[in-house]
Amino acid sequence: MDKYIIYDEETQTYSMDPEQAVRDDVEKHHWLNTIKTIIKDWRLYLMLVPMLFVFFCWRYLPMYELLGAFKYSNSSLDVADQQYVGFYYFARLINGDVSPDFWAAFRNTFLLSFYGMCFGFPMPIIVALFFNEIKSNILRSTFQVMTYLPKFMSTVVMTTLTIMLLKQSDLVSEMGVVSNFMVKLGLISEDVGASGLLNGPQYFRAIYQITGIWEGAGYDSIVYFAAIIAISPTSYEAAQIDGAGKMAQMRYVVLPCILSTVVIMLINRIGSLLSIGYEKVLLLTENSTSYTVYQTAEVVSTWAYKQGMATSGEGGEPGLASAAEMMNNLTGMILVIGANTIARKATDVSLY
Amino acid sequence: MKRKLEISELIFKIIAYTFLGIFSICCLYPFVYAISASISGKQAVDYNQVILLPKDIQFDAFSKMFGNNMFWNAYTNTLFLTIFGTIWALFVAILGGYALSKKRLLFRKGFNFFLVFTMWFSAGMVPQYLNYLATAEAFESIGIMDRKWLIVIAMGMAAMNVILLRNAFEGVPSEIEEASIVDGATELQILTKVYIPMSKSTIATVALFFAISRWNGYFWAKQMLLGQYSNEQPLQVFIRNQLDLYMDSDYMASWNEPYSHYSELYALIVCAIIPILIIYPFIQKYFAKGVNMGGVKE
Repeated sequence: MDKYIIYDEETQTYSMDPEQAVRDDVEKHHWLNTIKTIIKDWRLYLMLVPMLFVFFCWRYLPMYELLGAFKYSNSSLDVADQQYVGFYYFARLINGDVSPDFWAAFRNTFLLSFYGMCFGFPMPIIVALFFNEIKSNILRSTFQVMTYLPKFMSTVVMTTLTIMLLKQSDLVSEMGVVSNFMVKLGLISEDVGASGLLNGPQYFRAIYQITGIWEGAGYDSIVYFAAIIAISPTSYEAAQIDGAGKMAQMRYVVLPCILSTVVIMLINRIGSLLSIGYEKVLLLTENSTSYTVYQTAEVVSTWAYKQGMATSGEGGEPGLASAAEMMNNLTGMILVIGANTIARKATDVSLY
Repeated sequence: MKRKLEISELIFKIIAYTFLGIFSICCLYPFVYAISASISGKQAVDYNQVILLPKDIQFDAFSKMFGNNMFWNAYTNTLFLTIFGTIWALFVAILGGYALSKKRLLFRKGFNFFLVFTMWFSAGMVPQYLNYLATAEAFESIGIMDRKWLIVIAMGMAAMNVILLRNAFEGVPSEIEEASIVDGATELQILTKVYIPMSKSTIATVALFFAISRWNGYFWAKQMLLGQYSNEQPLQVFIRNQLDLYMDSDYMASWNEPYSHYSELYALIVCAIIPILIIYPFIQKYFAKGVNMGGVKE
């Protein structure tokens, strides 16, 4: 405060620094100016209102319900009335009576994502590289139309078709078409076909990945394909003159050009490493005749669904489910921010 | 040197054509099979004689499906949700995207973060469920007893789509806006007469994304429309319920129609995918462009 006050030795009086008066004035009018700008431009701010309302009510208000993860949930449905129990549910998840189930689900979630990264992630890149090889426009767009289509079908339709095509039966002739075909080729034994591919825990991960590729590989290739066709033909010509074969062109021309796209998509992937959607897994396994499939098919979100919603009213624990999902989602968020930071440092490419 | 180069390219081309050919056929096959099986005879479907083309053609499965009131009810519900859900989501997203695209908007960074944060972190299923239940109650207290409106208004909004629109609006040259301001246009006129016509393709893409996500919506519709609300269930929930029914062996044993009970399920699936197949050629034109613009900035 002292430095804003000037002491005049001649008159022996104190006076205020004139610049400070201006500063104070600006400070006082800062909020006033903001409000004035908003009022002048009120139409623009009014346009924001519906969007803010929707996101606030149905994306941010649920976060308030997350308090339920720290409260004893069986006493009342309303979060405000519940008793605080601190990290009781988290402690039970990490080290307690439900932890074997939870950690199994956690492991399954991670493994499903990890295999998705190994098989599902490179697939669209390969598809895009191959699309680029096809010079005939008609043929290429035919292939594109065919491979993009499954993306627009609902999960219900996709899983219903999967269930029907892999249908189990004691008779080979009554199995689903794909099961039947695989038995005839000798890929699976008749016993496996009879008990159902979707009932065997050892097949679930493969089925999940293959249906994932069926659903998404074509459509996801759009992004890579756009990056590849943006490469100037002169780059290829220069490489050819230098004697580069097809593989060398891939390595030294195409790969560096699409690297930034790949990195961005990889960050996205890492961010969703722990968010395996419940819908597809539930739909694939819900009417399975054997419970053994859940050894590999139970993921965190389906586990939380069964804990918190499917059994609500009959001993389900919404608090436990909230805690499980919260842990999962927070880890996911840390992963995406971490991956983003590393990518920015290492390659100068980042998503945010 | 020249010769070796040609061989490596030729091999790569052959691999590319073969791979894409097989992959495309695999992608399409289940749908073709569903169509064939829905119009094939009982013997052919039950004993796997249908591989690609239909056999012993019948249309009884379709005519029975069309005679089923439950089916039409589910279909109208889905149409209702799709049409109103798309209009509402588009309204919200266009206004929001337009405001966010303006550099002069105060706290612009803050609003953007508000939006993008929902892409990083979501509260999870149980909190969302409790939230929807509370919303349904709030709606009932102001006299909206149908839970359809809950699905229309509360669900299906995606931050990604707002960002797509924002980026498209940012791409409109500001000179055009300045010219219209000089001509005395109001904010709303600038939006409807300048911005919307100039970013038609993105708006079409986003509208189709919204429409498809509404058409395909299943999980929350099923959760929120149980019990007394079950006559409001959309098509996807209906399909799933029918599947559960047809997988039941008791139901199978009592089946005495001239066609396989699976044909009916396939007929239902065909009915559910036909609208998408119809609009698909129109999306095809737009979506590649829309997706490429989807880079998230800031």
